[in-house]
Amino acid sequence: MTIMISHIFLQQYWWIIIALLASLLVFLMFVQGGQSMIFSLPVNNMQKTIIVNAMGRKWEFTFTTLVTFGGAFFASFPLFYSASFGGAYWVWIAILFSFIIQAIAYEYRSKPANVLGQRTFEVFLFMNGSLGPFLIGVAVATFFTGAQFILNEMNQVKWATPWRGLEALLSGRNLALGLAVLFLARTNGLLYLINSIDDKELVERSRNKLFMNAIAFLVFFLFFVVTLLVSEGFAYEQETGSVTMEKYKYLHNLLQMPLVLIIFLAGVAGVLYGIGVTIFKGGRTGIWYTGFGTVLAVFALFLLAGFNGTAFYPSAFDLNSSLTIDKASSSLFTLKTMMYVSFIVPFVIAYIWYAWKSINNKRITEEEMKTEGHVY
Amino acid sequence: MFGNADLTLVDWSRAQFALTAIYHWLFVPLTLGLSFIVAIMETIYVKTGSDEWKRLTRFWMTLFGINFAIGVATGIILEFEFGTNWSNYSWFVGDIFGAPLAVEGILAFFLESTFVAVMFFGWNKVSKKFHLVSTWLVAVGANLSALWILVANAWMQNPVGMIFNPETARNEMVSFWAVLFNEVAVSKFLHTISSGFLLASMFVLGISAWYLLQKRESFLAKRTILIAGIFGLLSSLLVAYTGDNSARTLAKIQPVKFAAFEALYQGKQKADLVAFGVLRKSEKKIGEKDVNEFAFKISIPGFLSVMTGGDQNTFVPGIFDLVNGNTSQGIISVAEKIQRGKTARDLLTEYKTAKQNNDLPKAGGIAGMFRDKKFINDYFRYFGYASLGNPEDAIPNVKASFYSFHLMVMLGFYFILVFAIALYLLYRNTLHKNRWFLWVALCSILLPYVAGELGWVLAEIGRQPWIIQDLMPVSTAVSQISSGSVITTFILFAVLFTLMLIVEISIMIKQIKLGPKH
Repeated sequence: MTIMISHIFLQQYWWIIIALLASLLVFLMFVQGGQSMIFSLPVNNMQKTIIVNAMGRKWEFTFTTLVTFGGAFFASFPLFYSASFGGAYWVWIAILFSFIIQAIAYEYRSKPANVLGQRTFEVFLFMNGSLGPFLIGVAVATFFTGAQFILNEMNQVKWATPWRGLEALLSGRNLALGLAVLFLARTNGLLYLINSIDDKELVERSRNKLFMNAIAFLVFFLFFVVTLLVSEGFAYEQETGSVTMEKYKYLHNLLQMPLVLIIFLAGVAGVLYGIGVTIFKGGRTGIWYTGFGTVLAVFALFLLAGFNGTAFYPSAFDLNSSLTIDKASSSLFTLKTMMYVSFIVPFVIAYIWYAWKSINNKRITEEEMKTEGHVY
Repeated sequence: MFGNADLTLVDWSRAQFALTAIYHWLFVPLTLGLSFIVAIMETIYVKTGSDEWKRLTRFWMTLFGINFAIGVATGIILEFEFGTNWSNYSWFVGDIFGAPLAVEGILAFFLESTFVAVMFFGWNKVSKKFHLVSTWLVAVGANLSALWILVANAWMQNPVGMIFNPETARNEMVSFWAVLFNEVAVSKFLHTISSGFLLASMFVLGISAWYLLQKRESFLAKRTILIAGIFGLLSSLLVAYTGDNSARTLAKIQPVKFAAFEALYQGKQKADLVAFGVLRKSEKKIGEKDVNEFAFKISIPGFLSVMTGGDQNTFVPGIFDLVNGNTSQGIISVAEKIQRGKTARDLLTEYKTAKQNNDLPKAGGIAGMFRDKKFINDYFRYFGYASLGNPEDAIPNVKASFYSFHLMVMLGFYFILVFAIALYLLYRNTLHKNRWFLWVALCSILLPYVAGELGWVLAEIGRQPWIIQDLMPVSTAVSQISSGSVITTFILFAVLFTLMLIVEISIMIKQIKLGPKH
């Protein structure tokens, strides 16, 4: 029996996978959030080592999710890959740079003869922790505010400014999402530390820092969401292939896709509950609520960007060059092949979960840092 | 529309990618091979319960970790550079090329990254068996990731399983299996991973030899040499076998590259296989390019014909035949290919104009031609030639190809010898007395790195001017960014990678000096 699967179904299926990977990536950036506090949170070297090791046992997941996100985007929406990466050169290079220095920093930080000294690798971790989430947030914000590119008839990209993507930093809304992602990563980082370490003083300091980081996240996030809902959006008409500006486009999207609205609200509620239960009730499991909430909220934002006749990577320079999921996607055959591959994902998630639980069954202690054979 | 980018940009973009790939390949092969060696050692530990084997496993695992991190760091850049620096390429073939990269992430990277955490941090947290399984899964994951990226690279050498879509102006996949089991991919994968096993074996052998020279950890060093010797000997034989297969495949699929690495200009029957030689510039020219001749060579008469076609009467085309054409052998000239490529390209332009003018019958007719097998075979397969200025542009750098190939092959035979001697001396229990050999083994650590890099130089320089064989030259694949930006990032990456390499070597040497912990 042959099952007929339409191209548009697969484009939407793959946009959902991309949205899921992006939302998992934002959650897993709690690692970066923790790194960004490497100098401000601990009061002594041992506490710093505990933080580095708590985050260090998870850095590979974030890194791998980023790589898979890139690979999946390339495979399913290659026009985005060529237009954005080849166009917004400096933004992506800056993001890459921050992740290169992270990869070595954990492994080399405490190793003897590391040439540059422990402090340098800690600065690398701090840079990745601060710049990585911020720049990724700014890059994602251009999914809603537009980028400066034009495509020719052969779909080759030209960037309209010599700043090559850095001009995105001049937009208040882009900056707001960048900062929101950074403070969300820090909030999640603190919640993760509270959950996974057994050091009374460090847990207490994490709780104290949580309030300000959560407030900062909420301020920037609300600013971004409110301006998003009241601003014009990039509407796409499938029949003509034209892109036009539509007032309250993203608000319309939310109202016309009630399931997305529910997911978004559930996500925000989860984030707030996780923070609240940790601050006001002294709980230690807030990361699970906030983490799950993060995944749902980011997932909904991506659906908002790509569904309901919306250009997911709009061009503010040339509206008709804007990328939509049907214009930017791979062929029917490739998407279908990739769909079969994606059926493995639940199995992948299952073994990640099992392995994670296996090595996270005990909280990290000072004692463990002294006796463990492999310490970052 | 298909104008070539400025050469400074193309050259620097190539330089940046080459820099990243060369650095990446300094770390990856050790990961590929050492992961298996560590898994073998841990298996023996679990089977015997001997703490000495646990010590050994953990020691080599520490070195594995130091190397692994830097391989991961350089790997991410390669993936994203396809977009940042080769955006036209990314669109032209993203429908095919992106899929292996995504599969690599889903199938291999997660396997590797999940279980590497268990491998390093799970010693006191999970059961012995689960830990062992994790170590094996890291090895499998690392090698699976090599599979997918090599499938992608092989497709660039031999584009199969696709059709061109004029509507989207890109190639689209029509057979995943043709891409996966592309004959270049199969031989490239086996050749590459076995070279990684070889390199790791030499690394382990050389360091163990150093311990014997230092009269430290002698008992453990001999055990390690046994494993590295067997693994290394088998791997080096596999490298030779798969290398031979690879060359035969090349002769069929990339004859210009094959002729370049043999420096064969005039095709012939009973062609000699050059074992080694020295090239010099001759007085002849082909177009604007110099022609080389042998100042000296040692060759095996008729063997190149035997190698490529099974008998001495096989005609092996040379660079002159492939560029100027040879009607008696059915080889068309590059000039003719340029014309055919231009026909295909002009037709694509006509298609776009027809679409703009809403002339749908004409557009439909042209689209049908791009699906027609005869048109594909006679014209579209030469699409990339339309962007070549002169026929001689289709010739890669002959000297670089020739020397990298021959040095690599010589080193390959040398490795077989080293592993065989190591095992023989170990069997005779005289290894520790033969200090000359221990020094040879120690000094040989760097040579597989040289051989591996030469292999990639051959593969990539030998493919020039193409980024995708016959379909897209590098000059049209590059992102339209300023060469100043690329020069800046090249310098940034060069400084960072070099610094990382210095740090890695320093840490590695320190850990080796410290030795296995009690």
